[in-house]
Amino acid sequence: MSLVVDRRLSLLDRLYLPGIFRGMRITLKHLFKRKFTMQYPEQRWTFPDGFRGVPALVKDQEGRVKCVACYLCQFVCPPKAITIVAGEMPGNKVEKFPAEFDINMLRCIYCGMCEEVCPEQAIFLTGTYEVAGAKRTDLIFNKARLLEIGGVRTDPIMKWAQK
Amino acid sequence: MPLIPGMNGDQPLEHREPQNLGMLDQRFDANIITTTLDKVFNWARRSALWPMSFGLACCAIEMMAAVASRYDIDRFGAGVYRATPRQSDLMIVAGTVTEKMGPVVKRLYDQMPDPKWVISMGACATCGGPFPTYSTMQGVDRVVPVDVYIPGCPPRPEALLHGVLRLQDRIDQMSIARRRSV
Repeated sequence: MSLVVDRRLSLLDRLYLPGIFRGMRITLKHLFKRKFTMQYPEQRWTFPDGFRGVPALVKDQEGRVKCVACYLCQFVCPPKAITIVAGEMPGNKVEKFPAEFDINMLRCIYCGMCEEVCPEQAIFLTGTYEVAGAKRTDLIFNKARLLEIGGVRTDPIMKWAQK
Repeated sequence: MPLIPGMNGDQPLEHREPQNLGMLDQRFDANIITTTLDKVFNWARRSALWPMSFGLACCAIEMMAAVASRYDIDRFGAGVYRATPRQSDLMIVAGTVTEKMGPVVKRLYDQMPDPKWVISMGACATCGGPFPTYSTMQGVDRVVPVDVYIPGCPPRPEALLHGVLRLQDRIDQMSIARRRSV
Protein backbone atom coordinates (compact mmCIF):
# COMPACT_ATOMS: atom_id res chain seq x y z
CA MET A 1 0.00 0.00 0.00
CA SER A 2 1.43 3.35 -0.93
CA LEU A 3 0.44 6.80 0.13
CA VAL A 4 0.61 9.37 -2.63
CA VAL A 5 1.58 12.85 -1.38
CA ASP A 6 0.94 15.82 -3.59
CA ARG A 7 4.34 17.59 -3.74
CA ARG A 8 3.52 20.18 -6.40
CA LEU A 9 4.97 23.58 -5.46
CA SER A 10 2.83 26.66 -5.17
CA LEU A 11 3.51 29.68 -7.37
CA LEU A 12 5.35 31.44 -4.52
CA ASP A 13 7.58 28.44 -4.01
CA ARG A 14 8.25 28.13 -7.69
CA LEU A 15 9.46 31.72 -7.85
CA TYR A 16 12.22 30.86 -5.32
CA LEU A 17 12.42 34.55 -4.44
CA PRO A 18 10.90 34.35 -0.94
CA GLY A 19 13.40 31.63 -0.07
CA ILE A 20 16.29 33.65 -1.39
CA PHE A 21 15.20 36.72 0.57
CA ARG A 22 14.84 34.67 3.74
CA GLY A 23 18.40 33.44 3.29
CA MET A 24 19.76 36.86 2.47
CA ARG A 25 18.11 38.27 5.58
CA ILE A 26 20.11 35.88 7.72
CA THR A 27 23.30 36.79 5.84
CA LEU A 28 22.58 40.48 6.37
CA LYS A 29 21.92 39.90 10.07
CA HIS A 30 25.33 38.25 10.47
CA LEU A 31 26.99 41.12 8.68
CA PHE A 32 26.23 43.44 11.59
CA LYS A 33 26.90 40.97 14.39
CA ARG A 34 30.10 40.86 16.44
CA LYS A 35 32.98 39.51 14.33
CA PHE A 36 33.86 36.03 15.49
CA THR A 37 37.06 35.41 13.56
CA MET A 38 40.37 35.81 15.37
CA GLN A 39 42.79 37.62 13.05
CA TYR A 40 45.48 35.10 13.88
CA PRO A 41 48.97 36.34 13.04
CA GLU A 42 48.18 39.81 14.39
CA GLN A 43 45.80 38.80 17.14
CA ARG A 44 46.73 36.07 19.62
CA TRP A 45 44.82 33.99 22.07
CA THR A 46 45.72 34.49 25.73
CA PHE A 47 46.29 31.07 27.19
CA PRO A 48 45.45 30.03 30.74
CA ASP A 49 48.29 29.13 33.12
CA GLY A 50 47.86 25.42 32.58
CA PHE A 51 48.43 25.60 28.85
CA ARG A 52 50.85 22.98 27.64
CA GLY A 53 53.12 24.12 24.84
CA VAL A 54 56.70 23.29 24.00
CA PRO A 55 58.63 21.71 26.90
CA ALA A 56 61.82 23.53 27.85
CA LEU A 57 64.65 23.37 30.37
CA VAL A 58 65.12 26.19 32.87
CA LYS A 59 68.03 27.74 34.70
CA ASP A 60 67.96 29.04 38.27
CA GLN A 61 68.76 32.62 39.22
CA GLU A 62 72.49 31.84 39.39
CA GLY A 63 72.52 30.56 35.84
CA ARG A 64 72.79 26.86 36.67
CA VAL A 65 71.00 24.28 34.62
CA LYS A 66 68.59 22.77 37.10
CA CYS A 67 68.42 19.39 35.39
CA VAL A 68 70.49 16.68 37.11
CA ALA A 69 70.09 14.07 34.36
CA CYS A 70 68.10 11.62 36.47
CA TYR A 71 66.45 10.22 33.33
CA LEU A 72 62.99 10.22 34.92
CA CYS A 73 61.49 12.34 32.14
CA GLN A 74 63.13 10.19 29.49
CA PHE A 75 61.72 7.12 31.20
CA VAL A 76 58.20 8.46 31.67
CA CYS A 77 57.86 10.14 28.26
CA PRO A 78 55.07 8.21 26.50
CA PRO A 79 56.29 8.74 22.92
CA LYS A 80 60.00 8.55 23.92
CA ALA A 81 60.79 12.03 22.65
CA ILE A 82 63.49 12.86 25.22
CA THR A 83 67.10 11.71 24.87
CA ILE A 84 69.54 12.54 27.67
CA VAL A 85 73.28 11.95 27.88
CA ALA A 86 74.52 12.49 31.44
CA GLY A 87 77.83 14.06 32.32
CA GLU A 88 79.66 15.38 35.35
CA MET A 89 78.83 18.90 36.38
CA PRO A 90 81.80 21.19 35.90
CA GLY A 91 83.12 22.40 39.28
CA ASN A 92 80.75 20.21 41.26
CA LYS A 93 81.40 16.52 41.82
CA VAL A 94 78.13 15.85 43.63
CA GLU A 95 75.47 16.16 41.00
CA LYS A 96 75.05 14.81 37.51
CA PHE A 97 74.44 17.18 34.69
CA PRO A 98 72.93 16.75 31.23
CA ALA A 99 75.79 16.80 28.76
CA GLU A 100 73.19 16.50 26.02
CA PHE A 101 69.46 16.92 26.29
CA ASP A 102 67.44 16.54 23.11
CA ILE A 103 63.68 16.71 22.76
CA ASN A 104 62.20 15.65 19.46
CA MET A 105 59.39 18.18 19.19
CA LEU A 106 57.76 16.23 16.40
CA ARG A 107 57.38 13.17 18.58
CA CYS A 108 56.48 15.12 21.71
CA ILE A 109 52.76 15.02 22.49
CA TYR A 110 52.84 17.89 25.01
CA CYS A 111 51.32 15.75 27.76
CA GLY A 112 53.31 17.41 30.56
CA MET A 113 54.39 14.17 32.21
CA CYS A 114 58.04 15.29 32.15
CA GLU A 115 57.12 18.40 34.09
CA GLU A 116 55.05 16.36 36.51
CA VAL A 117 57.71 13.75 37.18
CA CYS A 118 60.72 16.09 37.41
CA PRO A 119 62.09 16.07 41.00
CA GLU A 120 64.22 19.17 40.37
CA GLN A 121 61.57 21.32 38.70
CA ALA A 122 63.93 21.68 35.78
CA ILE A 123 61.59 21.10 32.84
CA PHE A 124 58.44 23.08 32.16
CA LEU A 125 55.88 23.26 29.43
CA THR A 126 55.96 26.79 28.06
CA GLY A 127 53.34 28.77 26.17
CA THR A 128 55.11 28.42 22.83
CA TYR A 129 53.27 26.42 20.21
CA GLU A 130 54.30 27.91 16.87
CA VAL A 131 57.12 25.64 15.83
CA ALA A 132 56.98 24.45 12.25
CA GLY A 133 59.92 23.35 10.19
CA ALA A 134 60.89 22.20 6.75
CA LYS A 135 63.07 19.36 7.98
CA ARG A 136 62.59 16.80 10.69
CA THR A 137 66.08 17.42 12.05
CA ASP A 138 65.20 21.13 12.50
CA LEU A 139 62.65 20.17 15.10
CA ILE A 140 64.92 18.15 17.37
CA PHE A 141 65.75 20.80 19.94
CA ASN A 142 69.10 20.50 21.71
CA LYS A 143 69.99 21.67 25.21
CA ALA A 144 70.99 25.21 24.20
CA ARG A 145 67.74 25.72 22.31
CA LEU A 146 65.64 24.33 25.16
CA LEU A 147 67.37 26.54 27.72
CA GLU A 148 66.80 29.53 25.47
CA ILE A 149 63.08 28.82 25.34
CA GLY A 150 62.85 28.00 29.06
CA GLY A 151 64.70 31.00 30.44
CA VAL A 152 65.21 31.55 34.14
CA ARG A 153 62.97 30.44 37.01
CA THR A 154 63.75 31.49 40.55
CA ASP A 155 64.65 28.57 42.81
CA PRO A 156 63.72 29.25 46.46
CA ILE A 157 65.62 26.25 47.89
CA MET A 158 69.09 26.63 46.34
CA LYS A 159 70.39 23.29 47.51
CA TRP A 160 73.61 23.97 45.60
CA ALA A 161 74.70 26.45 48.24
CA GLN A 162 75.37 23.71 50.82
CA LYS A 163 77.20 21.40 48.46
CA MET B 1 69.10 4.51 22.16
CA PRO B 2 65.99 5.25 20.12
CA LEU B 3 63.30 2.63 20.37
CA ILE B 4 63.01 2.26 16.61
CA PRO B 5 65.87 3.05 14.21
CA GLY B 6 65.15 6.32 12.47
CA MET B 7 62.41 7.39 14.86
CA ASN B 8 64.26 10.57 15.75
CA GLY B 9 64.68 11.66 12.16
CA ASP B 10 68.20 10.44 11.49
CA GLN B 11 67.36 9.05 8.07
CA PRO B 12 67.88 10.99 4.83
CA LEU B 13 64.64 12.86 4.42
CA GLU B 14 65.50 15.50 1.84
CA HIS B 15 64.02 13.73 -1.12
CA ARG B 16 61.97 16.54 -2.57
CA GLU B 17 62.11 16.14 -6.31
CA PRO B 18 61.82 19.12 -8.67
CA GLN B 19 58.23 19.39 -9.71
CA ASN B 20 57.11 19.17 -13.30
CA LEU B 21 55.57 22.58 -13.88
CA GLY B 22 54.78 22.53 -17.59
CA MET B 23 56.22 24.12 -20.69
CA LEU B 24 57.89 27.19 -19.19
CA ASP B 25 59.67 25.51 -16.35
CA GLN B 26 63.43 25.01 -16.51
CA ARG B 27 63.70 26.33 -20.07
CA PHE B 28 65.06 29.82 -19.51
CA ASP B 29 67.81 31.30 -17.43
CA ALA B 30 66.93 33.81 -14.75
CA ASN B 31 66.23 37.15 -16.40
CA ILE B 32 63.82 40.02 -15.96
CA ILE B 33 60.95 38.15 -17.63
CA THR B 34 61.26 34.92 -15.70
CA THR B 35 61.72 36.66 -12.36
CA THR B 36 58.67 38.84 -12.99
CA LEU B 37 56.70 35.77 -14.02
CA ASP B 38 57.92 34.07 -10.86
CA LYS B 39 56.34 36.83 -8.80
CA VAL B 40 53.00 36.42 -10.55
CA PHE B 41 53.06 32.62 -10.44
CA ASN B 42 54.14 32.48 -6.82
CA TRP B 43 51.51 35.01 -5.84
CA ALA B 44 48.84 32.91 -7.55
CA ARG B 45 50.09 29.64 -6.12
CA ARG B 46 50.47 31.04 -2.64
CA SER B 47 47.08 32.72 -2.52
CA ALA B 48 45.00 29.79 -3.72
CA LEU B 49 46.26 26.71 -1.93
CA TRP B 50 43.40 24.31 -2.29
CA PRO B 51 43.78 21.51 0.21
CA MET B 52 42.45 18.04 -0.24
CA SER B 53 39.69 17.16 2.20
CA PHE B 54 40.81 14.10 4.01
CA GLY B 55 41.73 13.47 7.60
CA LEU B 56 43.07 10.37 9.23
CA ALA B 57 42.63 10.96 12.95
CA CYS B 58 42.07 13.55 15.66
CA CYS B 59 44.30 16.13 13.92
CA ALA B 60 41.54 16.36 11.33
CA ILE B 61 39.24 17.75 14.03
CA GLU B 62 41.71 20.59 14.63
CA MET B 63 41.97 21.03 10.86
CA MET B 64 38.19 21.42 10.72
CA ALA B 65 38.40 23.96 13.54
CA ALA B 66 40.97 25.89 11.51
CA VAL B 67 38.52 25.99 8.59
CA ALA B 68 35.60 27.12 10.75
CA SER B 69 34.78 30.74 11.46
CA ARG B 70 36.89 31.25 14.58
CA TYR B 71 40.25 30.71 12.85
CA ASP B 72 39.08 30.86 9.22
CA ILE B 73 41.89 29.42 7.10
CA ASP B 74 40.12 31.00 4.12
CA ARG B 75 41.81 34.29 5.02
CA PHE B 76 44.97 32.78 3.57
CA GLY B 77 43.24 31.30 0.54
CA ALA B 78 43.67 27.77 1.79
CA GLY B 79 40.09 27.01 2.72
CA VAL B 80 38.63 25.59 -0.46
CA TYR B 81 38.72 21.94 0.49
CA ARG B 82 38.39 19.80 -2.62
CA ALA B 83 36.87 16.38 -2.54
CA THR B 84 39.23 15.06 -5.19
CA PRO B 85 43.02 15.04 -5.51
CA ARG B 86 42.69 16.18 -9.12
CA GLN B 87 41.65 19.66 -8.04
CA SER B 88 43.90 20.15 -5.04
CA ASP B 89 47.35 21.70 -4.57
CA LEU B 90 47.94 20.93 -0.95
CA MET B 91 47.74 17.73 1.01
CA ILE B 92 47.37 18.16 4.76
CA VAL B 93 48.19 14.77 6.25
CA ALA B 94 46.28 15.13 9.49
CA GLY B 95 46.56 12.09 11.66
CA THR B 96 48.07 8.68 12.15
CA VAL B 97 49.25 7.06 8.94
CA THR B 98 49.08 3.32 9.37
CA GLU B 99 51.13 0.98 7.23
CA LYS B 100 47.91 0.01 5.50
CA MET B 101 46.94 3.61 4.81
CA GLY B 102 50.40 4.55 3.48
CA PRO B 103 49.91 3.27 -0.09
CA VAL B 104 46.55 5.04 -0.24
CA VAL B 105 48.13 8.35 0.80
CA LYS B 106 50.84 7.79 -1.82
CA ARG B 107 48.24 7.14 -4.51
CA LEU B 108 46.29 10.27 -3.58
CA TYR B 109 49.52 12.28 -3.73
CA ASP B 110 50.36 10.85 -7.16
CA GLN B 111 46.91 11.82 -8.42
CA MET B 112 47.39 15.48 -7.51
CA PRO B 113 48.51 17.74 -10.36
CA ASP B 114 51.84 19.59 -10.10
CA PRO B 115 52.73 21.87 -8.39
CA LYS B 116 51.75 20.19 -5.16
CA TRP B 117 52.73 20.50 -1.55
CA VAL B 118 52.36 18.42 1.56
CA ILE B 119 51.90 19.56 5.14
CA SER B 120 52.50 16.91 7.74
CA MET B 121 50.32 17.85 10.67
CA GLY B 122 50.84 16.48 14.14
CA ALA B 123 53.15 14.04 15.86
CA CYS B 124 51.69 10.90 14.28
CA ALA B 125 51.96 12.02 10.67
CA THR B 126 55.47 13.41 11.06
CA CYS B 127 57.13 10.53 12.89
CA GLY B 128 54.61 8.12 14.35
CA GLY B 129 54.09 10.12 17.52
CA PRO B 130 53.08 8.06 20.51
CA PHE B 131 52.77 4.94 18.36
CA PRO B 132 56.24 3.49 17.80
CA THR B 133 54.63 0.24 16.74
CA TYR B 134 54.65 -2.19 13.84
CA SER B 135 51.36 -1.00 12.41
CA THR B 136 52.07 2.75 12.33
CA MET B 137 54.17 4.34 9.65
CA GLN B 138 57.01 6.21 11.36
CA GLY B 139 56.44 9.39 9.40
CA VAL B 140 54.46 10.09 6.26
CA ASP B 141 57.70 11.28 4.63
CA ARG B 142 58.48 7.64 3.99
CA VAL B 143 55.92 7.74 1.17
CA VAL B 144 55.43 11.40 0.17
CA PRO B 145 57.82 14.37 0.27
CA VAL B 146 56.81 16.76 3.03
CA ASP B 147 57.26 20.53 2.81
CA VAL B 148 56.25 21.66 6.27
CA TYR B 149 56.15 19.69 9.50
CA ILE B 150 53.85 20.89 12.25
CA PRO B 151 54.46 19.43 15.71
CA GLY B 152 51.68 19.04 18.24
CA CYS B 153 49.33 16.37 19.44
CA PRO B 154 47.12 17.63 17.91
CA PRO B 155 48.47 21.04 16.87
CA ARG B 156 46.29 24.02 17.69
CA PRO B 157 44.44 25.56 14.73
CA GLU B 158 46.84 28.51 15.02
CA ALA B 159 49.75 26.11 14.63
CA LEU B 160 48.22 24.84 11.40
CA LEU B 161 47.73 28.42 10.20
CA HIS B 162 51.37 29.06 11.12
CA GLY B 163 52.36 26.04 9.05
CA VAL B 164 50.35 27.28 6.08
CA LEU B 165 52.09 30.66 6.36
CA ARG B 166 55.49 28.93 6.45
CA LEU B 167 54.50 26.97 3.35
CA GLN B 168 53.52 30.21 1.62
CA ASP B 169 56.99 31.54 2.44
CA ARG B 170 58.47 28.46 0.81
CA ILE B 171 56.30 28.85 -2.29
CA ASP B 172 57.62 32.40 -2.62
CA GLN B 173 61.10 30.92 -3.10
CA MET B 174 60.04 28.92 -6.17
CA SER B 175 61.33 29.84 -9.60
CA ILE B 176 60.66 28.73 -13.16
CA ALA B 177 64.18 29.69 -14.21
CA ARG B 178 66.72 27.00 -14.97
CA ARG B 179 68.44 25.87 -11.82
CA ARG B 180 72.20 26.08 -11.72
CA SER B 181 73.72 22.67 -11.28
CA VAL B 182 75.44 22.55 -7.92
